[in-house]
Amino acid sequence: MSIASTTQQICFLVLSATTVVGSLGVVLLPNIVYSAFLLGGVFLSVAGLYLLLNASFVAAAQILVYVGAVNVLILFAIMLVNKQETLAAIPGLLVRRLLSGAVCAGLFALLLRVAFTTNWALPGPPPVGEEATIRIGEHLFTDYLLPFELASVLLLMAMIGAIVLARRDVFSTDVITGEPADQGLIEKDRTPLLIEKSAPAPTLLSKP
Amino acid sequence: MLSTGLLGATVTPPGTPPGLDLQSSFIDLAQAMGLTAGAARLLWLPLPMVLVLVGAVVGVLVSVWLERKISAAVQQRIGPEYAGALGVLQPLADGLKLVFKEDIIPARADSVLFSLGPVLVVVPVILSWLVVPFGQNLLISNVGVGIFLWIALSSIQPIGLLMSGYSSNNKYSLLGGLRAAAQSISYEIPLALAVLAVVMMSNSLSTVDIVAQQTGAGILSWNIWRQPVGFVIFWICALAECERLPFDLPEAEEELVAGYQTEYSGMKFALFYLGSYINLVLSALLVSVLYLGGWSFPVPVEWITGWLGVSPDAPLVQVITGSIGIVSTILKAYLLVFFAILLRWTTPRVRIDQLLDLGWKFLLPIALVNLLVTAGLKLAFPVAFGG
Repeated sequence: MSIASTTQQICFLVLSATTVVGSLGVVLLPNIVYSAFLLGGVFLSVAGLYLLLNASFVAAAQILVYVGAVNVLILFAIMLVNKQETLAAIPGLLVRRLLSGAVCAGLFALLLRVAFTTNWALPGPPPVGEEATIRIGEHLFTDYLLPFELASVLLLMAMIGAIVLARRDVFSTDVITGEPADQGLIEKDRTPLLIEKSAPAPTLLSKP
Repeated sequence: MLSTGLLGATVTPPGTPPGLDLQSSFIDLAQAMGLTAGAARLLWLPLPMVLVLVGAVVGVLVSVWLERKISAAVQQRIGPEYAGALGVLQPLADGLKLVFKEDIIPARADSVLFSLGPVLVVVPVILSWLVVPFGQNLLISNVGVGIFLWIALSSIQPIGLLMSGYSSNNKYSLLGGLRAAAQSISYEIPLALAVLAVVMMSNSLSTVDIVAQQTGAGILSWNIWRQPVGFVIFWICALAECERLPFDLPEAEEELVAGYQTEYSGMKFALFYLGSYINLVLSALLVSVLYLGGWSFPVPVEWITGWLGVSPDAPLVQVITGSIGIVSTILKAYLLVFFAILLRWTTPRVRIDQLLDLGWKFLLPIALVNLLVTAGLKLAFPVAFGG
């Protein structure tokens, strides 16, 4: 066995162990901040597995999208709303945990069965390596154009939804007069909703 | 048409000089001394890694010295004077001092995350050095995804910053960490779009191909003339990603003590310090690779060898060309570091809302328009814009 293949095997073992242990930690740890950081570790080791499969573009995209954007946003949200509060005990927590554990075990068994009964074509097709970026580009602009565009429409919808949720004032009415207030999405000097129209305009408070 | 245009990327342009290849020379030398090919390769493996670490640290020492001297000159002081000639050993003294300082972990801090944070900040930055080319074969690894790898790796850094900000158990640290993450996410997008315009012109993500596309007519063929807007966007975003003034909000002294590094001391603080300066030098190197022709000399070396009547493939000529390449890459990078330092000591800091406005409402639309115009120009003038 050559040095390269031994290194590859060690890397594979380490990466898969990190993935499995890390994802168990994400689910089982009580502290949500640890879970979020471990999720980043899991994404990184999955990117490492892609690297081992000679898919360097996918690995880099995995790091950029999942670690750099998704995980950072999750952490950001957790830290912005990290209130110290005692949560009320959920009735029947043990039953719920057992049920979800059973569902997960069933899914795991199903996946194991699929993995062992499928006739995997071994060895697989030769890896394209550095050509992969070009191939992915070609596919995205030819036979996968429709799914690609649909995904972008989905993201656009999510973005508009987020904007609407974040800017409640678009649909709100003035508390005192009952008139519709500040319908525009374009930023302007906003009139504070809780201040009467007749009152002298506040100079310092009106700007955030 | 699209597929042929894309496939053309993998073919290296004809007529590029073979250049210096240290790896094959080293392996040949080791084999001549009686080692097997495998053993020679094994001996070679750690060398580039050590070289990168040493290069990065020396680059940091030089830029710290420059920072001290230039800031002193800006403020009409003398700056470091007694440690070595002109104070060149001062950054070394600073580093040694940090090594010997006590490593304090606050009692209420989360010690695991507190120690892991600085490591997560430094490692991606050092890893990114593997795509910086100093010559045709003078880079650690010519990976196909090249510049994309750098963008991906630099997106790991905010996790380390958030981690250290959270685990310090200090309101200033947490605010600094949150600001760092918000800033880095906002400026990553225009940065990637500016890079994308360059990549579109060179038909490849590989840094070597990007530089190769800028050779031919010396200084006139550099990307800065074809991508002036992209150059400015990239430079602003790189400064913001490095958290240099005018964008150093995450560690704004007057508001946040020192942001996410408030609770750190000793070597852990040194890791943050090292990381930020390595990042600055790396960004400057990448600006020189993407827009200033990388290792190419203002007058093409092939023309000079032609005028002198020597073959560009002769070993001595190759060594000289390689050295000129390394020197011009570093010179270009340090010119940009000089500008960054001058900016730091002459401009005031922006406010957080100004920072986000600049990123989302100005740089992002401009970067998109730049990308569109580049695509149009590429279709209209394929000769000049790498069709």
